[in-house]
Amino acid sequence: MIDTIQNIFAYDFMRNALFASLLVGVVCGLIGTLVVLNRIVFLGGGIAHAAYGGIGLAYYFGQDPMLGAILFSILSALGMGVVHLRTKARSDTLIGVMWSIGMAVGIIFVSLTPGFKADLMSYLFGSLLAVSGGDLLVMALVALLVIVFVLLFYRSLQAISFDETFSTVRNLPVAALYLMMLVMIGLTVVVAMRVVGLIMVIAMLTIPPATANLFLKDMKGMMLLSVGLSWLFSAAGLILAFALNLQAGSVIILVAALSYLAAAAYKKLSVHAKP
Amino acid sequence: MTGQAVIELEDVWAGYESDRVLEAVNFRMDAGDYVGLIGPNGGGKTTLIKVILGLIKPDRGSVRVMGVSPEKGRHFIGYVPQIQQDNKMFPIKVWDVVSMGRLKPHLLQNLYLKDADKTIVERSLRQMDILDLAKRPINELSGGQRQRVTIARALAAEPKILMLDEPTSSVDSRSSSKMYDLLAELNQSISILLISHDLTAISTYVKTIGCVNRRLVYGGQKEITSEMLSTAYECPVDLVAHGLPHRVLPSHQEEDNHD
Repeated sequence: MIDTIQNIFAYDFMRNALFASLLVGVVCGLIGTLVVLNRIVFLGGGIAHAAYGGIGLAYYFGQDPMLGAILFSILSALGMGVVHLRTKARSDTLIGVMWSIGMAVGIIFVSLTPGFKADLMSYLFGSLLAVSGGDLLVMALVALLVIVFVLLFYRSLQAISFDETFSTVRNLPVAALYLMMLVMIGLTVVVAMRVVGLIMVIAMLTIPPATANLFLKDMKGMMLLSVGLSWLFSAAGLILAFALNLQAGSVIILVAALSYLAAAAYKKLSVHAKP
Repeated sequence: MTGQAVIELEDVWAGYESDRVLEAVNFRMDAGDYVGLIGPNGGGKTTLIKVILGLIKPDRGSVRVMGVSPEKGRHFIGYVPQIQQDNKMFPIKVWDVVSMGRLKPHLLQNLYLKDADKTIVERSLRQMDILDLAKRPINELSGGQRQRVTIARALAAEPKILMLDEPTSSVDSRSSSKMYDLLAELNQSISILLISHDLTAISTYVKTIGCVNRRLVYGGQKEITSEMLSTAYECPVDLVAHGLPHRVLPSHQEEDNHD
């Protein structure tokens, strides 16, 4: 077993894939916890899909699609953030609209671009095995940025997540902090896209924190356990995908989802077992 | 300490878009006061709170908190909101909730909790008699304990004014009467504004009482006047019980107990 795993990671592309999963695991564990606790999963999905507009545009103009994705996800994060802060109650409709506009723009520009576009699928469904050294560098930078962001603003982030009104009354810059958090979600989406694709990014953001939340009632603990769980799900999924010759991103998501269901069932049973 | 206005509203009109909720509200609360405002649901109690906290700008009129605008003065207010259902499940420990009272307006001042702040958080926990709960996650607490946590958080801000929104909803009657005893004690150094639809509970404890129902009737007296009644004739059923000694009606809070 150990030998097989050693053999698997003898390949350069498998090592890159593993490093990528580890870096993305850090980012998703930290930011995903904030997404789950702030109940902005839908907003996260919106940012991910709107990013496709940037990919399409970059493709059309012959630029790096990653660059387009970063630009679009940050812009859509800010746009959706402003909408969310201004119109609390009906923001989900507007986020849904921006979600679709991003996708539509992406699809139109991709179809306008002549030539072979097979790798565009990789942005939708991930291409963990094709992660390059450059990708890893971007991931490492984003991971560093997210770690610094969470470490510096932990108390304030916890406060706005728990009670936005009280934070406002304490004169915390709630809107600025909120928008910064959304920009971090935008960056997270772009790096997680390489692993599982933008369609499944939501799963990477939500499943590890949701699993952690079954057992821990503390944001710090949730963040750390989420990172650990992301690592576990990604490594297990990666090895399984290699062994079964399946698409890595999808296997990772299924491993994560099944683990979550198993953990939830265990939790339920153990609660009922107690008198 | 009395005589100085801590909250002043002059001819305040406020609402949402075309829906006017408050009309021509005049209100003055002085240092040392303990004011209870009652009113029916939908009568503008929450809007009044938001106006005082500067969360809604009034369409007309002026609001002053400690003599300045609400945005500048609200840090003097220890705000005790109604406990939201979705917040009960939030993964957070009592200590971390109460520490929020020490949040400062600049992000870089909130990197970590300084020792002086820790002392204040500890004192607030002790004041509410919940120091032993500090490490417990809030979802394991009873309604009464959670209420104390919320008040402790407000006290940690070292407020000049304590403002409570429906403090007895989701609290059983024993812990609510304990809470009122504590508030009476706190009132020796802090002005208190209490807003509720539950008259029986508050009328026994507050120093002065008023009624909000679109308009505000408040004259700084302890008795419910007929003017209050006619302005806020929709006031809760509990009103009937007022003045009848030892008669206790089932209060509205029971409806709120069920989630």
